[in-house]
Amino acid sequence: MNAPSPATQRHVFSVLVNDEPGVLARVIGLFSGRGYNIESLAVAIVDAERSLSRITVVSIGTPQILEQIEAQLNRIVPVRKVVDLTRQGATVEREMALVKVNGSGASRMEALKVAEAAHAKAKDASPEAFIFEITGTAGEIDNFINLMKPLGLIETVRSGVLGLARGNKTV
Amino acid sequence: MRMTGAEIIIKALRDQGVEIIFGYPGGAVLPIYDALFKQNDIRHILVRQEGGAVHAAEGYARSTGKVGCVLVTSGPGATNAVTGLTDALLDSIPIVCLTGQVPTHLIGNDAFQECDTTGITRPCTKHNWLVKTPDQLARVMHEAFHIAGSGRPGPVVIDIPKDVQLAEGDYVPPSMVEHPLYQPKTVGDEKAVQRAVELIADAERPLFYTGGGVINSGRRACETLQKLVKATGYPITSTLMGLGAYPSTDGQYLGMVGMHGSYESNLSMYNCDVMINIGARFDDRVTGKLSEFSPKSKKIHVDIDASSINKTVVVDVPIIGDAGTVLDQILKEWQAKGHRPDKEALSKWWSQINQWRARKSFSYKKSDKIIKPQYALERLRDLTRGHDTYFTTEVGQHQMWAAQFLELNEPHRWMTSGGLGTMGYGLPAAIGVQLAHPKSLVIDVAGEASILMNIQEMSTAVQHQLPVKVFIINNQWMGMVRQWQELIHGGRYSQSYTAALPDFVKLAEAFGGIGMRAETPAELDGVIKEMMKTDKPTIVDVCVDQKENCYPMIPGGRAHYEMILGDDQDISTATPDEGLVLV
Repeated sequence: MNAPSPATQRHVFSVLVNDEPGVLARVIGLFSGRGYNIESLAVAIVDAERSLSRITVVSIGTPQILEQIEAQLNRIVPVRKVVDLTRQGATVEREMALVKVNGSGASRMEALKVAEAAHAKAKDASPEAFIFEITGTAGEIDNFINLMKPLGLIETVRSGVLGLARGNKTV
Repeated sequence: MRMTGAEIIIKALRDQGVEIIFGYPGGAVLPIYDALFKQNDIRHILVRQEGGAVHAAEGYARSTGKVGCVLVTSGPGATNAVTGLTDALLDSIPIVCLTGQVPTHLIGNDAFQECDTTGITRPCTKHNWLVKTPDQLARVMHEAFHIAGSGRPGPVVIDIPKDVQLAEGDYVPPSMVEHPLYQPKTVGDEKAVQRAVELIADAERPLFYTGGGVINSGRRACETLQKLVKATGYPITSTLMGLGAYPSTDGQYLGMVGMHGSYESNLSMYNCDVMINIGARFDDRVTGKLSEFSPKSKKIHVDIDASSINKTVVVDVPIIGDAGTVLDQILKEWQAKGHRPDKEALSKWWSQINQWRARKSFSYKKSDKIIKPQYALERLRDLTRGHDTYFTTEVGQHQMWAAQFLELNEPHRWMTSGGLGTMGYGLPAAIGVQLAHPKSLVIDVAGEASILMNIQEMSTAVQHQLPVKVFIINNQWMGMVRQWQELIHGGRYSQSYTAALPDFVKLAEAFGGIGMRAETPAELDGVIKEMMKTDKPTIVDVCVDQKENCYPMIPGGRAHYEMILGDDQDISTATPDEGLVLV
């Protein structure tokens, strides 16, 4: 008899790394090599003087796997710090998406109304299409995309989730 | 101080105390070989294939506790090294491997003998670097030795383009290089040590379970382990990697644990109430069926690598730190609190263990007509007793028999590919050991299939006058493959018989070594004694019983109490359905 596997959870990790060649490959390779899930990934330099990049990675796993992810990330030499934001406490999570919607007539007007209600901004408008920019939680963006589908959505790009701990705590 | 990249490399190696480097030249490392040519401090050992160089460096590293060094060319030189690097990663062996690379302006052009070395070796090294300017070279070299040798040891690769070897840069000595990013924690948390000692003191059915981490920590860690085990009077078992950390002839030692471990070790693992894991990682070869692994025990786990904690087995008291340092802390705390073992409980536990021990799980049917493989190992053990001996092995049945039957009373004298299970490891490893210990007896316990995977290294041994002994347990089968085919594939022997084996005696002679053969039990002692006296690389072809299998055995997917013993007749139903997918 196998014990039932514990429920999986979604966690947001912040990984501070030295900005050096190959560091992103090390992090991603760890996930693929050990069979961990990557739900979302965002990376950019956050402090050029200290050559520091920050990777935000969202993963889904059992508590044991999530603990392993943190420990395994810490083994990577150019990784300076790993924080499991979700385990640490309340976080602000935001993601940005650009959504291209094609249409004319009523559906075009409807798309504008939906965008307004969702606080999405039209960043490009041509006679055939809009590009909307929306920022929100991953769930809010999912909702917006679902609403736009019947209104002529033709292309989507998402930034991946960013996260910070609430309050004055830092990584 | 200005010098060329190649000179920086040699100077850094010298400043790191490197005496021997194993390698094979090629176009992309010619400047380094030229710099080697112009000096006499570092001895280069020319191997016959780059994989052999890494295994030789592993043997050197494991038998000395030092970092092993390798130098290979770009492309195929680097890809041939990959197996050895992976082997060193899984067994936590410190290796610094220098690879040549095509010049920087050709990188990415699919140039001749170009490969993405840092890309290929990223998952099989602890860390790697591509050095693009000679000014970075000294710093990276020193950092490489620091990372390979400290914390949980492992292999690192430095990829050096040919133009970087030729250009001039500044040298910095090791003392001027700091390592802010890599400072592993060695001292265990004091509170956790106290909790551990309380658990150890209150135990009624305790068991020490120790692994390669103790040996990697060093001789002093092994001595402290022995003191602690003696102070408590508790039983101790070891992983394949940990053999020799505690003397195998001592009465408190239960033999190896795991798939082919002793009956008493495995049943003690299953039934103990406190497990003290020091420097072992709950490998699947040790745990068997995870859901039934040691269900009644509180577990203490000492490991220098935080990712080993709770990876497969969730433990009660994790202690992150160096095995030797934490053992010191535990022993000190044990003495400071004036703990005494619970004599009554302990004597009950020992009488239970002695009942299991009486089962004599390594026993086999003796024969005076045919050499049983176990008998060959017993005779090798008895005849080498008292000699200054180092053992390496290849991978398979012979390896498990060697682990079961040889006496290993000191650390650093047992070199085997545990994690990766690399056939072909033993001969090059023996070469590395012999170089580090020129006067000692170095024996590679081999199988006839494994030895052919790196047989070319006989030529290395002959060239460098290394009198390694290759003791082949020759049953003409890939014995462990065949054993599993009997176990779970209805005895359908798909490709596990090696037809057309070479004549190993003639093969040894063709290489310029000595060949011997033993075909009957009566001949065996004489051949072993003769082997021990030779001053040249020697192959001994021991023709053993072809049918013998390796017991005891815990089949895949089974728990510790479900061992198959040698006198059980039918093994074909021993593996549960869910065990069929396991390796």
